[in-house]
Amino acid sequence: MQVTSSVREPLVTGGKTVHDVTEDICRQVEGKPTKSWMMGMAISLATLGIGTYAVFMLLWDGIGVWGLNKTVGWAWDITNFVWWVGIGHAGTLISAILLLFRQKWRMSINRAAEAMTIFAVICAACFPGLHMGRLWVGFYWALPLPNTWGSLWVNFNSPLLWDVFAISTYFTVSLVFWYIGLIPDFASIRDRATNKISKAAYGVLSFGWDGAAKTWMRYESVALILAGLATPLVLSVHTIVSFDFATSVIPGWHTTIFPPYFVAGAIFSGFAMVLTLMLVTRKVFKLEDYITINHIELMNIVIIITGSIVGIAYITEFFIAWYSGVDAEQYAFINRATGPYWWAYWTMMTCNVISPQLFWFKNIRTNIAATFILSIIVNIGMWFERFVIIVTSLHRDYLPSSWAMFYPTFYDVGVYLFTFGLFFTAFLLFAKFFPVINMAEVKSIIKSSSLKSNK
Amino acid sequence: MESNKNFVLGIYDDEDVLLKAVTKVRESGVKIHEVYSPFPVHGLDEVLGYKRTRLPIAAFLFGLLGTTLALTMQTWMLGFDWPMIIGGKNFASIPPFVPVTFELTVLLSALGMVGTFMIVSDLKPYKKPRLMDIRITDDKHVMAIDLAKNKLTVDQIKGIIGDSGATEVNDKKFED
Repeated sequence: MQVTSSVREPLVTGGKTVHDVTEDICRQVEGKPTKSWMMGMAISLATLGIGTYAVFMLLWDGIGVWGLNKTVGWAWDITNFVWWVGIGHAGTLISAILLLFRQKWRMSINRAAEAMTIFAVICAACFPGLHMGRLWVGFYWALPLPNTWGSLWVNFNSPLLWDVFAISTYFTVSLVFWYIGLIPDFASIRDRATNKISKAAYGVLSFGWDGAAKTWMRYESVALILAGLATPLVLSVHTIVSFDFATSVIPGWHTTIFPPYFVAGAIFSGFAMVLTLMLVTRKVFKLEDYITINHIELMNIVIIITGSIVGIAYITEFFIAWYSGVDAEQYAFINRATGPYWWAYWTMMTCNVISPQLFWFKNIRTNIAATFILSIIVNIGMWFERFVIIVTSLHRDYLPSSWAMFYPTFYDVGVYLFTFGLFFTAFLLFAKFFPVINMAEVKSIIKSSSLKSNK
Repeated sequence: MESNKNFVLGIYDDEDVLLKAVTKVRESGVKIHEVYSPFPVHGLDEVLGYKRTRLPIAAFLFGLLGTTLALTMQTWMLGFDWPMIIGGKNFASIPPFVPVTFELTVLLSALGMVGTFMIVSDLKPYKKPRLMDIRITDDKHVMAIDLAKNKLTVDQIKGIIGDSGATEVNDKKFED
């Protein structure tokens, strides 16, 4: 029996019944693709096409086509990698951490957020692979596989190798978690399917699910333990990503604040991306009764909290650079704020520290247009955060004669576009062929939440 | 009569009615084959008298396997098979091995548990499910009674189910 406080806002509005949930979500899967979907797909595929050309040329000619130089050896590649991994974190936070805290509002957004996680991690993984120049050896050299040099094993002392394990584990566990949740919903679509192809396809996808109480009992146990495993996992992933920088001796990177600061930043940008995607999905698929203003407000509150943590981290970093008394460290930070990349630093400050504070106003955080614009601003800001950390720390190293600037080429932009094309193509396919809302979970709160609002 | 072929089904609209019905039907001495639901109903496993699943134990054991494998692999590779001087550190020191050990623990625990779940629940891509009622995956809860496993007559069972709050009482026959 579920009891919900009468003062709590209903999570599903419009007095939906259990059957309405099936109808509303399956309608998207069963119907013909809409015009807006086709347009979105066309744009995504065009972007993917341009990007694929850039990736091909990169692999053909080598990473010399990028704007990197002797001083700035990492720029857009690792910026984009960290940015995409960060975006992924919100999906796991919503599905795992909010499950452990029994936050039922996660139920109508977790499916799409987890899909976003998986696609974002795929996009992220492109960069470490591509920045090696020879993608094919990347897979082989990065794993502890027997080889003809000894075997000369991989270096388990290196954070870059920890990253290989962290990202691949994170991807696998997220995928499994997502798929387990999808099985009962695929069964719903299978049992409604009218044509042969979808009957067969969803029949295979649903793994012969029959809804038995015993299976549900095990399913819930599995979901809870996966959530328990995914929670430390997601925190470890961005911690390890931050180790790539924090364990180095580069001024501006060598700081102990990085792990918590990166994790907060990841959740911050991830929630912004969830909002960007959900606001569009909600509108196009008419899901206003499932993803309510209440949901949007709660996500915006997470954005204020994590945005403020990130803001405090920026200030702390600056303070500690001064307090450390290390000249190189002090210079790195002064150079960030006032050097040739001042514009990137202040874009980051404005987008990440100042703009989310607008969500303290209730009418802004419950306004859809304002939320949409701010969610994009946050993601621009978070991209600049990584750019600032990486490029401004590298471009003026210990030897003034080697100081340099980084200018992106077409191929830097092109490979970034490739991941955008990949991400949106995958997300649009998901939105069309997979149930975008976890039907089974939402159905379980209908009685305590939706029907109450009917009275 | 052959078992697992002839069923009486009680169809329920509401999960709270279902929970009470399960208790009531079991008290009347009817053996319930299984209850099928469109979503997880909390407390259903208790009223049906199911033992708690041992999947958490499987998860723990697979996790332990992951920890052991990861530590053994790293210590053997860098400590014994090909020791390398990296920054003058010990060949096999535990702290830098922690991240990879943690990741492999989580990976094996998750995959092992999910694999076990798939096997014990017989979930596989090519399986054709025996559906008691097509509406189970939509909005109906179904209580299935295997006639071969109950001594009561069909009419008695139907009477008990009907009294327990079921909105429909149906027969279901499987050919296979």
